[in-house]
Amino acid sequence: MAHVLRAPLNGNALQQLHAGDEVLVQGTVYAARDAAHQKMIAALEAGQPLPFDIEGQIIYYVGPCPAPPGRIIGSAGPTTSSRMDVYTPALLQRGLKAMIGKGDRSQEVKEAMKKHGAVYLAAVGGAGVYLAHRITAVETIAYPELGPEALLKMEFQDFPCIVAIDMRGQSVYQASDE
Amino acid sequence: MRIVETELIKKAVKEAVKTANTRLPVDVLTSLEKARDNETVPHARQVLDILLQNAHQAQTENMPLCQDTGLVTVHVQLGQEVALTGGSLYEAINQGIGEGYTEGYFRASMVKDPFERVNTGDNTPAVVHLEMIAGDKVIITVFPKGAGSENMGRTIMLKPADGWEGARRFVVDTVRIANANPCPPIIVGVGVGGNLEKACLLAKKALLRPIDQPHPDRRIAAREAQLLQDINKLGIGPQGMGGDTTALAVTMEVYPTHIASLPVAVSLNCHSARRAVVTV
Repeated sequence: MAHVLRAPLNGNALQQLHAGDEVLVQGTVYAARDAAHQKMIAALEAGQPLPFDIEGQIIYYVGPCPAPPGRIIGSAGPTTSSRMDVYTPALLQRGLKAMIGKGDRSQEVKEAMKKHGAVYLAAVGGAGVYLAHRITAVETIAYPELGPEALLKMEFQDFPCIVAIDMRGQSVYQASDE
Repeated sequence: MRIVETELIKKAVKEAVKTANTRLPVDVLTSLEKARDNETVPHARQVLDILLQNAHQAQTENMPLCQDTGLVTVHVQLGQEVALTGGSLYEAINQGIGEGYTEGYFRASMVKDPFERVNTGDNTPAVVHLEMIAGDKVIITVFPKGAGSENMGRTIMLKPADGWEGARRFVVDTVRIANANPCPPIIVGVGVGGNLEKACLLAKKALLRPIDQPHPDRRIAAREAQLLQDINKLGIGPQGMGGDTTALAVTMEVYPTHIASLPVAVSLNCHSARRAVVTV
């Protein structure tokens, strides 16, 4: 049976998740990738607030295709998470509780996840149409000038993920010994 | 001499990018089905099932297979008996891409300057490779490729003494380091020989070959098979979460090289291995 996750998340819900578990994400998720992360970190460094209250929230690493007529969103699968590693600890420190993406994370991110009690979920990379069917609402909430990299607020219904790294630092990925 | 209007090239590129982004090539689809049937790890089989379902949805709903509709490489094989008229070949190609991506609701993923990083808005420009061939036809191959896999490519100038074993180790290490990032199951394009840029081009050219076609030279085909076996022993599996299927195929191209050189390039392609070929 898949666990159901709904933001805002608390430590108790996340405590039960183990690497390899199936999860269905429901409700509100914020979508951001490289450029939006850079802007959020710049805002924090300038002492300004983030465009949304990040406490207990989930960020999905995605830059969707434009919505064709009659749809709310185009294909929308996960992007490679490691590009966000450099920005992630600062967001975890401010209460971010889960990230959805694809591929392994850095040691720094794993340590920050353990420290702040967060999980990392993997969605199937390249399943853009399949996953778009699980997104029921989309709204641009910041940085519209970034086009496909704008900060979006999404609503998920039964969005399937695997717990890739749990809050104890256990991982489904083998070490790549780079 | 055959006169070809560049307007025809534009139209061909436009249709080709629409097809490539929404329809997985038959050889890739068949290979994914075979992998799903042979995969022994249950959750790996589940991932492959989702990918097949996604390919079906993309085709029936006319949606892009992946949100990363890529940087488009366009290989133009230009018959030397063709005279192009009506404008620049490069402009025609980029107009075809711009119109195709806009009409197809595909993501614009190109930024104008690598440091300023402002989106060009219509996924142009393409990277164009031009090759002269005999005859009066123009054969155009469009190859949209996402950055998840592209970012994991590597090249090395080995010493001749490193030989096949050195090349083999470099290819397998490239896949190991790439791990889950290039969206396995991957296709591994290997280019060996020539010089620095030739090896890279050969690796990319290798990725254009249908994956059910081994190299016509039996010795090279045997090396491809050996590399595929080595890579699938890594156990990275679909999406990097373990399994038998790390790569669907290894394709390799070679070229004569300098007495002091052994250039090796590896280009990884994701399972959404999109390409389309049109002849004008």
